[in-house]
Amino acid sequence: MIGSPLPRLDGTAKVTGTARYAFEHRVADPAYAYPLQATVARGHITAINTSAAQAVDGVLAVITHENAPHLASTEDAELAVLQSTEIAFRGQVIGAVVADTSETARHAAGLVEVSYDPSPHDAVFTPDRDDLYTPDTVNPSFPTDTSQGDVESALKQSPVVVDHVYTTPMTHNNPLEPHTTVACWHDDQLTLYDSTQGVHSTRQSLAKALGLAPERIRVIAPHVGGGFGSKGQAHAHLVLAAMAAQAMPGRAVKLALTRQQMFSLVGYRTPTVQHVRLGAGPDGRLTAISMDVVEQTSRIKEFAEQTAIPARHMYAAPNRRTTHRLAALDVPVPSWMRAPGECPGMFGPEVAMDELANACGMDPVDLRVLNEPDVDPESGKPFSSRNLVACLREGAARFGWADREHAPRTRREHGWWVGTGVAASTYPVHVKPGSSATVRFQPDGRYRIEIGATDIGTGTWTALTQIAADALSVRVDAIDLRIGDTDLPPATVAGGSSGINSWGSAVVDAARAFRDKFGTGPNPGDEAQGTTPGNSAGERFAMRAFGAQFAEVRVHAATGEIRVPRLLGVFAVGRIINPRTARSQFLGGMTMGMSMALHEQSVLDERFGHVVNHDLAEYHIAANADVAGIEAHWVDETDPHVNPLGTKGIGEIGIVGTAAAIANAAHHATGIRVRDLPLTADKFLADARR
Amino acid sequence: MNPFEYQRAEDVATAVATVSGNENAAFLGGGTNLVDHLKLGVATPNLLVDVSGLPLDRVESLPDGGLRIGAAVRNSDAAADPRIRRDYPMLAEALLSGASAQVRNLATMGGNLLQRTRCVYFQDVTTPCNKRVPGSGCSALRGYHRYHAILGASEHCVAVHPSDLAVALVALDAVVQVSGPDGDRAVPVTDLYRLPGDAPERDTVLERGELITAIDLPVLPMAARSGYRKVRDRASYAFALVSVAAAVDLFDNGTIRDVRIAFGGVAHKPWRAYRAEDALRGRPTTAEAFDDAANAELRDARPLRDNVFKLRMARGALVAALQHLTGADR
Amino acid sequence: MDAEITLHVDGTARHVTVDARTTLLDALRERLGVMAPKKGCDHGQCGSCTVLLNDRRVITCLVLAVAHDGARIVTAEGLAQDDHLHPVQQAFIDHDGFQCGYCTPGQICSAVGMLKEAEAGWPSAVSDLAAAEVRLSPAEIRERMSGNLCRCGAYAGIVAAIQQAAR
Repeated sequence: MIGSPLPRLDGTAKVTGTARYAFEHRVADPAYAYPLQATVARGHITAINTSAAQAVDGVLAVITHENAPHLASTEDAELAVLQSTEIAFRGQVIGAVVADTSETARHAAGLVEVSYDPSPHDAVFTPDRDDLYTPDTVNPSFPTDTSQGDVESALKQSPVVVDHVYTTPMTHNNPLEPHTTVACWHDDQLTLYDSTQGVHSTRQSLAKALGLAPERIRVIAPHVGGGFGSKGQAHAHLVLAAMAAQAMPGRAVKLALTRQQMFSLVGYRTPTVQHVRLGAGPDGRLTAISMDVVEQTSRIKEFAEQTAIPARHMYAAPNRRTTHRLAALDVPVPSWMRAPGECPGMFGPEVAMDELANACGMDPVDLRVLNEPDVDPESGKPFSSRNLVACLREGAARFGWADREHAPRTRREHGWWVGTGVAASTYPVHVKPGSSATVRFQPDGRYRIEIGATDIGTGTWTALTQIAADALSVRVDAIDLRIGDTDLPPATVAGGSSGINSWGSAVVDAARAFRDKFGTGPNPGDEAQGTTPGNSAGERFAMRAFGAQFAEVRVHAATGEIRVPRLLGVFAVGRIINPRTARSQFLGGMTMGMSMALHEQSVLDERFGHVVNHDLAEYHIAANADVAGIEAHWVDETDPHVNPLGTKGIGEIGIVGTAAAIANAAHHATGIRVRDLPLTADKFLADARR
Repeated sequence: MNPFEYQRAEDVATAVATVSGNENAAFLGGGTNLVDHLKLGVATPNLLVDVSGLPLDRVESLPDGGLRIGAAVRNSDAAADPRIRRDYPMLAEALLSGASAQVRNLATMGGNLLQRTRCVYFQDVTTPCNKRVPGSGCSALRGYHRYHAILGASEHCVAVHPSDLAVALVALDAVVQVSGPDGDRAVPVTDLYRLPGDAPERDTVLERGELITAIDLPVLPMAARSGYRKVRDRASYAFALVSVAAAVDLFDNGTIRDVRIAFGGVAHKPWRAYRAEDALRGRPTTAEAFDDAANAELRDARPLRDNVFKLRMARGALVAALQHLTGADR
Repeated sequence: MDAEITLHVDGTARHVTVDARTTLLDALRERLGVMAPKKGCDHGQCGSCTVLLNDRRVITCLVLAVAHDGARIVTAEGLAQDDHLHPVQQAFIDHDGFQCGYCTPGQICSAVGMLKEAEAGWPSAVSDLAAAEVRLSPAEIRERMSGNLCRCGAYAGIVAAIQQAAR
């Protein structure tokens, strides 16, 4: 069961379109809410005239700060919806129109007249601002800065130094299912069908904002159309939907953000500026690693992406330094996007390693192997398992790396420069405490497993079923899994690649408790609970997953067009529950990494304060034609320390390092070193050479 | 989306009369751009006259051997038409490089020609745009203008026309048949589009109520050796950064007898490259000759802060397209 | 302006009153409860809303319902007959050609429409225009399916699934 490539159990529902996503749950006679957004980036609302909107036939309510309910908590400024006249970023929610139809709500929203007293805003992100500040910690609670040895002296004395600034742009999660909510108040009970990565965490956030006992809120999310972090935390529209529903008790209110609205309201990845310095001997052995990161946050709510974290763990060097500095701007609130920290933070350093390999005349695989640490460089603890070298070696063999010409800009085919590149991947092993599971034997002879987990496309429905079947030693069709509902035992959010580690461990715990109590011949109604067990191994071991990615890149000599005909990843991620869905997770991460490498960039127009390429025609995500040969493999890895299942989490590592591998391959193809993502065609035309 | 009335046009004359008599009326074709604009508030008509069902859905041979493509022919049908594929491959390629298959199955030929710019500010009613609100200013001039014009722009508008089809049509010297309140007229596609000047709100020379009923392709044997090269950020399903439609006719000795070239993604209109054509006639099919042609055409280009790269890209696309057509890339 | 129209959805005639502004997608989802076509971008930029309209694959978010009175529509739900999945649907499961599943019904309708187009000899941007028949190489499938975005990045599985179904 565990380890078998079981096809997705929700497959039929998904291929027939009958799997129900948030907006699709059947409710009788719903009303539709359409959010109003600020069109200035900073200032106050001086007047808001809703009479024309109110007059439209079919309009049921117009909610603004003038009539919105008072929230119990405004501690989370992002969720302090309609509590004042203050505008903190362009696109901020300033109201909603509720109407009989979505067409009417949207039309009437356009008739609301808002007057502002605008203040000068500041949305200019540059690393040389004089008001950068040092956050207390970086996401979620890592030290902001670290230092070991004497980096400056070591760099001065190093025969070989790489010293460059790398940048990654602002990017948006853009799950294909927009953020949507159906909210209904009935007898003082609020029911929400929400597109969320965590039903219980969503309930908790909303309960706090509204000042309700959590038991009065039920959140349901059996299927979620992707999230990649943006659905990991409650955002303003959720509170707005609850307010709109409150305005019409007993009637469900449906609220769907438009794709354009998602660029202001559901988080994004901050732009990063990464000053990376590597010092090494002529043999390539690192003596110093330094990474100074500047990124942005919003003025009203801090999110400090942990971009320099991977540099603390990847390679051995006696002298090390990492820092994070933030610019607090009048911009939308940043948040989690797939592999926060690791994803952008493995771009600069892994390109710098390629530059170091070139400087030393070394093969970039060999350079990484040479600098493999014996213990975690940051903590001095041994790794519970670390198979980066195995990934590099297996990847090199599968990719045909040995045939590679060392010198860049040497291979040209039919007008295209061709090159190959490599980069490493890493992601921490997270196990979140706080999940519970119930196992109950049913009259039909099946075991019902209940846990408030979510499936955002990761394969939770299938993997948890396999884990339960394995732990109970029964066939998978003897398992009746229920997830995605706060009426089920509490579960942590699907984030940090922690889902299976955490929920799976709770299911295993419940199954063991069940068998201990009832043996193999239970009676209907017998049930047992389990929780995610604590793990003290983290005190003794550093626990991370690793991987290696290899890319072939073609750049058209005349037009600069860039293509990635081959991408190959090898990962060391502990035990694989389901090879079929796991492969999809890796390929999906790598595809999103390629998308990041080639396309993704949210263009925030500083004059206005909002992202102007705010749709899927202008904000490009990889299309089918962008992805040609793509393969994911994994090495066998047994790690008894990480958790009872031996899993490390696989949802994020696939996106880590991809962009660096592609940038390194593009350099190998063209001789042009692009240090600023994305790798668009223009960057290969700026060079004077032709 | 503002409320509006919907009418299905019964015939061309009635449709033209209806729209010309109501300044808030608009023709509706496949809807793939207009409905987009209705949602964004970019277009606010109170009456839509649906012309997609008019009997303008055939591709017919003209007496002189040319081809007439009805305005309501869907993009996908035109691209699949054997005569177009054989005699005007650049046109089929241009169509197939636009949008996606499920958009092309809806979009009409007339509607494709009259689609409007994808400038992000034009599509965002919360920002100034002279094309959308004359006199409000051009946000792109000093804003996000990676996709914008390098030729023929004005301080009032630096937008580009997004149609791939139109680029091929100007290269082919195609003519649109237009019905209007004052009768029918024929407009060469090279004259259909305007440069922005001080009136960027007008994309074309068409007057209110004028309806494109057909596109006529002239006899052009050299078009059998033609192609469309589109450079874009994604490998598919993206608007052009730069595109080139080209046809080449060679003498027996391999020098260029005649050539047709048009650029997309460089101007407010599909850009017929007459100077480049002049520079190539009589020249051998060498990289140097192609380069000279690009230089001749791009001599007066005025790129913006962030699209200087389009000069090299346009040159590169032209050279690549001509090398492909003449076999020099093999 | 409201209008009474009839849509033949997955083999059933459905009468529905729509606002002139109502898109075919919203008519299906919000008026008729037909949820297989998904709303991903609402602007023709993602393909999640793809259905077969009178046997052709089209997006439904930029189509006004009122303009399609009498139309025959097949959604991913209607492709499956009596618990038997359409071969394309089964192939998507076999090759794990999806993760979150949100773009999937659109991908599947698009694939079914695409196979018909290829059979009819319709070219794509990567085809040899002179060839009378289409050979569905991976490159052809990728180009022809590029109107359906998948943020989970299941393209490799989607292409493999369609290759299987095309055989």
